Amino acid sequence: MYEFNYDKANSAADAASKLAASDDGKVLAGGQTLIPTMKQRLAAPEDVIDLASAGLSGIAVDGDIVVIGAMTTHATVASSSDVQSVIPALAELAGNIGDNQVRTRGTIGGSIANNDPAADYPAACMGLGATIITTKRGLSAEEFFTGLFETALDEDEIITAVKFPKVDSANYQKFPNPASRYALAGVFVAKTGSEVRVAVTGAGNDGVFRAHKLEEALAANFSADVVDISPMPEDSMIEDLHASAAYRKNLIGVMTKRAVQAC
Amino acid sequence: MSDTGIGAAVRRKEDFRFLTGQGNYTDDINRPNQTYGYIVRSPYAHATINSIDTSSVKEADGVVAVFTGEDMQVGSIPCGWGVNNKDGSPMNEPFHPALAQGKVRHVGDQVAIVIAETYAQAKDAAELLEVDYEELPASINMENAVNGGPAVHDDIPSNLCYDWELGDEAEVNAVFDNAHHITSLDIVNNRLVANPMEPRAAIGEYDTATGEYTLFTTSQNPHVIRLLMGAFVLQIPEHKLRVVAPDVGGGFGTKIYHYAEEAIVTWAAGQIKRPIKWTCERADAFVSDAHGRDNLTHCELALDADGKFIGLRVYTKANMGAYLSTFSTCVPTYLHSTLLAGVYTTPVIYSNVKAVFTNTVPVDAYRGAGRPEATYLLERLVDRAAREMGIPQDEIRRKNFIPTDAFPYQTPVALQYDSGDYFATLEGAQKMADVDGFAARKAEAASRGKLRGLGYSTYVEACGIAPSAVVGSLGARAGLFESANIRVHPTGSVTVYTGSHSHGQGHETTFAQLVSDTLGIPIENVDISHGDTNKVAFGMGTYGSRSLAVGGEAMMKALNKVVDKAKKIAAHVLEADAGDIEFADGKFAVTGTDKEMAFGDVALTAYVPHNFPHDELEPGLEEQAFYDPNNFTFPGGCHICEVEIDPETGVTEIVSMSAMDDVGRVINPMIVEGQIQGGLAQGIGQALLEGAVYDEDSGQLLNGSYMDYTMPRADDLPSFKVGTSETLCAHNSLGVKGCGEVGAIGSPPSVINAIVDALWDLGVTDISMPATPQKVWHAIQDAKMAQAAE
Ligand SMILES: Cc1cc2nc3c(=O)[nH]c(=O)nc-3n(C[C@H](O)[C@H](O)[C@H](O)COP(=O)(O)OP(=O)(O)OC[C@H]3O[C@@H](n4cnc5c(N)ncnc54)[C@H](O)[C@@H]3O)c2cc1C
Repeated sequence: MYEFNYDKANSAADAASKLAASDDGKVLAGGQTLIPTMKQRLAAPEDVIDLASAGLSGIAVDGDIVVIGAMTTHATVASSSDVQSVIPALAELAGNIGDNQVRTRGTIGGSIANNDPAADYPAACMGLGATIITTKRGLSAEEFFTGLFETALDEDEIITAVKFPKVDSANYQKFPNPASRYALAGVFVAKTGSEVRVAVTGAGNDGVFRAHKLEEALAANFSADVVDISPMPEDSMIEDLHASAAYRKNLIGVMTKRAVQAC
Repeated sequence: MSDTGIGAAVRRKEDFRFLTGQGNYTDDINRPNQTYGYIVRSPYAHATINSIDTSSVKEADGVVAVFTGEDMQVGSIPCGWGVNNKDGSPMNEPFHPALAQGKVRHVGDQVAIVIAETYAQAKDAAELLEVDYEELPASINMENAVNGGPAVHDDIPSNLCYDWELGDEAEVNAVFDNAHHITSLDIVNNRLVANPMEPRAAIGEYDTATGEYTLFTTSQNPHVIRLLMGAFVLQIPEHKLRVVAPDVGGGFGTKIYHYAEEAIVTWAAGQIKRPIKWTCERADAFVSDAHGRDNLTHCELALDADGKFIGLRVYTKANMGAYLSTFSTCVPTYLHSTLLAGVYTTPVIYSNVKAVFTNTVPVDAYRGAGRPEATYLLERLVDRAAREMGIPQDEIRRKNFIPTDAFPYQTPVALQYDSGDYFATLEGAQKMADVDGFAARKAEAASRGKLRGLGYSTYVEACGIAPSAVVGSLGARAGLFESANIRVHPTGSVTVYTGSHSHGQGHETTFAQLVSDTLGIPIENVDISHGDTNKVAFGMGTYGSRSLAVGGEAMMKALNKVVDKAKKIAAHVLEADAGDIEFADGKFAVTGTDKEMAFGDVALTAYVPHNFPHDELEPGLEEQAFYDPNNFTFPGGCHICEVEIDPETGVTEIVSMSAMDDVGRVINPMIVEGQIQGGLAQGIGQALLEGAVYDEDSGQLLNGSYMDYTMPRADDLPSFKVGTSETLCAHNSLGVKGCGEVGAIGSPPSVINAIVDALWDLGVTDISMPATPQKVWHAIQDAKMAQAAE
């Protein structure tokens, strides 16, 4: 790890202005991604601005919307009775991220700001049609996630909360990478009225994506039998040591079917 | 049996210290005025070093010194075993520099050490080192390496270390020519990274007053390191070199070897006259700890019409990596080919081994070392032969087992097994595994769309290494005895100094049980001391499941000397003849009288010898013994694995793993069970999860972190069914064989055979380790395509 300046923000606005004032600053949330990357010397921010005291943590239910503060840990989301009763699939997803230590430190804001192509939360945001609230604006998940480790956030923009609408039913099926336990393919299926959303993480070359053809087929007939992944282009899939593109594509089909059955 | 003696499940004495964070590992040690070293490693698999510019490093904050290969001109890091080619000529043995001499030969090869006041300063400064590399094409894959690939060492253009054989090829071929049936397989034994929990570390220190060097290191055998490093690399005589291996957090073989970093910090401490601590980071451990296994084998089994094995021939290429690590050369030969009879009466066997240099991390012994590779190929062959000939898996094994009344049994591959009962372990494992209920379980799984399979492995291994005379004749450059010193203190408590080294095995408990049992004293009164060349007379260390069978026997020998001496003391005090003294339950008694003396009183008398007849009786009560075994020991057994495969995802779940092992007499059943469970976990790791993967062009290790290298975790493993079935070792006093490696040796083929069993009906006949979900899924897809094409 290289030397850096440590600072604490007492609000989101304070963090944003400190970030704006720094040439090369990073906000620190749970540190589960940022700290290891700094230790490996892959990241070397000059200023690290800690969000721990910025008042961004907490869960509120506002009618049919669950609002989760950016600094809320995975463990808090997983054990929240509000989340469990309004969107149980989201609580379950949070409870399967990493391990206990990671869940008690890692935050929803950090996870989606990082937009790891194998992370779980991006699938929930896309699948549930979440709105990402920042210090500047509100963004739909489609607008927010722009590519591998890329988001629409400006340099000095900070996520303050994520709003998840209640859906009729939802389920997330994750096939873990055997080594890292991130998603090798994770599929979030949500159904509200006649609308179906299918979001896929872990598999796509450009990160999380919605499988529109599957959504259409499932909107017409919400049954595992209609899940047909053959039209999905194999060359849009990540290929690595753990999974060929063909295998990943197969997993998307299997995970989608299982999610539909569990909805 | 006393509750702390032989056979008792005594709780591990050392665990309080470990579980409360009070262990004393190398990195916990800090020496006065200590500096910190960072090793700069090669980013290339193969490159010429045109020049190294250290000037900016030297100017960086906190830097004390920087040394490169040009500065450190010392001896070659030695290999411990010589292996001869078929034609009798010696193997190719390249120079193995501690710091690169003009060339780097694998990613991770040591190039320089930067020494600074803090570790962070050393690491920061290391980034300023300017190394002018000229990258060269590399030999990564063994097939390429021996077929005209770039030479890893300029003086060895063939990339062959040796081309060795055991057995008479012509004789074996003649048997194959007349065989009723031949089963052939091509086997990959995957490359593993041991990944002990504690990474390697070393502290070098030089005492200007005495001229004595001290090395604290994460070693399984400090005396061996002292010998190899002192005599061969740095030319420091033993009396000026102390090596301490304190608490060590797991070894699995990879901490046996003498590593460059040990020599570097010791030598450099002499240069700067200050202690230097080096602790390996995990990422560096992946590219500098010796890896394990990595064999490619073609093997064939010849059978007669009745399913009897009549011949076996095995052709292996074994990866040595870029340099010869300490034990590397003996693993695929003497620890592998000599085990190819397995538990069977196969009368003729031929084995050829080509050891190959590649631009990869050196490969050496890893839990089991050679015996897992032998067991794997044999048990895969037997499984396949049974399928091809339509013989049930247990029947083909029973048909070919060495009969229980045939011991001692001379195999055609040099070893003579002293005892065993393979029928008993097979039957025991079958009961634990409820083999009779398998068909019903398979049908039930099928109703859920899942595929069940059952796989056998019946194995024998050779451990308790090793009789010096035998290994000497096989090329070992050392004898493999062990030493023990029993020091009875005046108040009757005992310290044992052993040349064995515990790095998780529980020696402090098992060995104390031997003493408690033999001397009849409370186990709390016994401490086991190991790991310091200044305390222990000599030692060959711990590996090859040798600690109890060799180190424990040395202790028994010394204990018997203690008892003999104590009898003389008691006889003197009780005014009796030493021949009339009986020793039982910690008391010395004169036969036929009520005169007796407690062990503690004898000890006190030994040190307060007021009226000893000095010409007959020396004061003190302390005895030393060296024990050299008469033979290897031969644990054996049967592992049965049951898997359930999800054909949609290719995920294999181990639903049950039953292991019935004969490890000889069990001293502490709880520790034995722990050792077997740990071995099974690593065996299953090899079969399903682990495997180092190199990029064939760049020679980069593609899965050099836990993000990509799959270590087995608790939830990957079933709740094991473990049992022991005893036949005693016939040539040592305790009757013990060894339990440290059996789990890792026996289990991998049982897992793969179970997977093949589950998929056989789909047309899948083979799957290589590790059988990852994607590999299983692809195998199923390929078989479906092949069937559709028919
Ligand atoms: C062993 C391990 C296993 C893991 N397994 C999984 C898994 O299975 N699935 C999964 O999805 N993830 C997994 N993770 C990642 C984990 O979920 C992290 O919590 C997450 O990636 C980052 O969250 P964090 O709060 O730790 O963020 P940090 O590491 O603190 O920050 C990450 C990045 O986001 C930025 N950032 C943080 N908060 C904000 C904000 N409010 N606004 C703008 N930018 C912000 C930071 O500047 C930084 O660039 C794992 C991590 C580890 C270490």
